[in-house]
Amino acid sequence: MPHDNHDHPHALLPPEPALRVKALETILTRKGLIDPAALDEIIDTYQNKIGPQNGARVVAKAWADPEFRQALLEDATPVVADLGYYGRQGEHMVVVENTPEQHNMVVCTLCSCYPWPLLGIPPGWYKSDSYRARAVREPRKVLAEFGVTLPKDTSVRVWDSTAEIRYLVLPMRPDGTDGLSEDELAALVSRDSMIGTGLPKVPS
Amino acid sequence: MTRVHDMGGRFGDGAFHPESEDDPVFAEDWHARALAVTLASGFLGQWNIDVSRHTRERLSPKDYTRFSYYEKWISGLADLLVENGVLTRDDLRGTGEEGRHPLADRMLKAESVAAALAKGGPAERPSNVPVNFEIGQEVCTARPAANRLVDGGHTRLPIYATGAKGRILKLHGTHVLPDSNAHGLGEAPEPLYAVAFPASELWAAPENPKDEVVLDLWQSYLEPL
Repeated sequence: MPHDNHDHPHALLPPEPALRVKALETILTRKGLIDPAALDEIIDTYQNKIGPQNGARVVAKAWADPEFRQALLEDATPVVADLGYYGRQGEHMVVVENTPEQHNMVVCTLCSCYPWPLLGIPPGWYKSDSYRARAVREPRKVLAEFGVTLPKDTSVRVWDSTAEIRYLVLPMRPDGTDGLSEDELAALVSRDSMIGTGLPKVPS
Repeated sequence: MTRVHDMGGRFGDGAFHPESEDDPVFAEDWHARALAVTLASGFLGQWNIDVSRHTRERLSPKDYTRFSYYEKWISGLADLLVENGVLTRDDLRGTGEEGRHPLADRMLKAESVAAALAKGGPAERPSNVPVNFEIGQEVCTARPAANRLVDGGHTRLPIYATGAKGRILKLHGTHVLPDSNAHGLGEAPEPLYAVAFPASELWAAPENPKDEVVLDLWQSYLEPL
């Protein structure tokens, strides 16, 4: 297959992106290759059903249940699958735990790999050139732009998702959360704390 | 030696302003449509994930840079459809043949979406390639970063980590090799490792000597030290 064709077929479609999408959808629908109702279903799935609330439930359970946490850190894929979180872009899950000694942060410098079944579709900043370029070289400056400052003696480990392994950060459980239910704990888990660019909320 | 998408460590992108976690999943309706058309077309089964990544990476550097995220997706999809014989250039011009497409039986139906997304597409495969490295072993990445099977082809060794010394942190099992699978050369599964590199091995001025970057790398990207 030629890999450098300077006469790219996409140039035949309208240049304005919304029209380009519409044109392709129309052509494919007319040929019976896509079903617009299936598109609605895909959008509904990622807009309303699958999102960071899934990952938050996993984190809250790990905070509340030491055996679950241990199993999660050893082999996350079957453990989260048992909770119903498996599927596209989450086939091979690894959970990495933050400690006072080490903070974890996840990026995909080559494209936009992200654990969809646990966090949904990645936010715009995760897919931006700036995050992809800088997270590996200057993670502490990037964290500062998210308002996160780590103690000097905490090391940073950045995970570049270069294969089909998807990473979820298990943040540290905030102080003052003894006695909270799993639901109350899950409400403290922000999306960014599971990417490693944020910290969990502190209970009010 | 690689392509415009390979931007890890690059200087000059400037600060960014993270959106709020409460912002909508799709900033524009057409973003949602672009994602859905791309996924639904993938279920026609005419390419794999490595082919589709490589197609986006083959956008010209000028297009890759000026296109927004979902513009890359939709433009890559148009290229995939034509290069894999699903559509013709005339189809894209709006002057193609009318009528039912031979692949229409494969169309993803609305009622199959949930099951299709839940099924996923695992990349782990049995392999006869022996596992050469053990946990904790010191290794060095290949240099230059390049596809060794197809010149200019797809690879997942970023240029910032080429020729770098690291240590094996974890064996993930044996996984499909993108360098082969992106080019119709078979899945060629081989051991895949998480490899940890000290920041000082990758950057001239690391922020903190204790920091590390971990990459998932296939065995053929690595050499023993």
